[in-house]
Amino acid sequence: MLLLTCPNCGVTAEESEFHQGGEAHLRRAGPGSPDDAFEGYLFTRRNPHGVHFERWRHVFGCGKWFHAARCTATLEVFGTYPAQTTEPPADIVAAIRAKRPDWEGFR
Amino acid sequence: MSEAVTALNGARYEGIATIAEAPLGGMVTLRGDLSGADLGAAVQEAAGVAVPGRRGVVAEGPRTALWMAPDELLLLMPYAEAPETAAGINAALAGRFALAVDVSDARARFHVSGPRAREVLAKLSPVDFAAGVFAPGEVRRTRAAQAAAAVWMSGEEEFSLICFRSVARYVFDLLSMAAAPGGEVGAFD
Repeated sequence: MLLLTCPNCGVTAEESEFHQGGEAHLRRAGPGSPDDAFEGYLFTRRNPHGVHFERWRHVFGCGKWFHAARCTATLEVFGTYPAQTTEPPADIVAAIRAKRPDWEGFR
Repeated sequence: MSEAVTALNGARYEGIATIAEAPLGGMVTLRGDLSGADLGAAVQEAAGVAVPGRRGVVAEGPRTALWMAPDELLLLMPYAEAPETAAGINAALAGRFALAVDVSDARARFHVSGPRAREVLAKLSPVDFAAGVFAPGEVRRTRAAQAAAAVWMSGEEEFSLICFRSVARYVFDLLSMAAAPGGEVGAFD
């Protein structure tokens, strides 16, 4: 069971009030891109044993999307942050570094 | 004009708490930039309440404003006033990125009251309803078992719960079952 804090409405609630939306920070391969790049955008996903960034939706609450950084092995949540970002913000990265010094970093 | 009725015709259940469907009420949902001064003025003018802060409730007699999301309010008022309230807000915000809609007949509202009301609600939602944690002035959108709901305190020992009309019977049955005699948990005693 995960406890997540929605950065949009400030509510801390258990997982059953949210819905998971897959990997965060995907970059779309647009028109003119090679087929394999577009295929990668559609289908290729990370499946890390450790630090992971995900999209979540507060589906039974305010209905808004946000991002969460968590550990897939321990279910530890490092933090949540707004969805309007293209990479994890500095404070989230610092929180991960503090707890996972050997983390290879984002991308 | 057809006769407006509530979803369950004023259903009522007396157990360790009282579950009562609220009489017909007007509801207007408003989406837009809640921080805008023009929106605040339009809400004050048409609905008679101030715009609440994050997760806040502002009540002025029969009129209440509930904060539903960073860009959404639910305004409560007497049933007959809902169409003109929505029209008034839309007229005041013409040309802005905002929309008010009368949703009075799309929702159902229940009152859960009595000393064990907190306990009854706590059985159904993943929310801490302890006194001192969940207090008047806050609205919490959550789930009641499998249905989406919004809960706030509308009185000393009275909670209001709003859900979609299509799940009104489900939510009423849930609340009634949670309030059945012998179902006291004593979690908040």
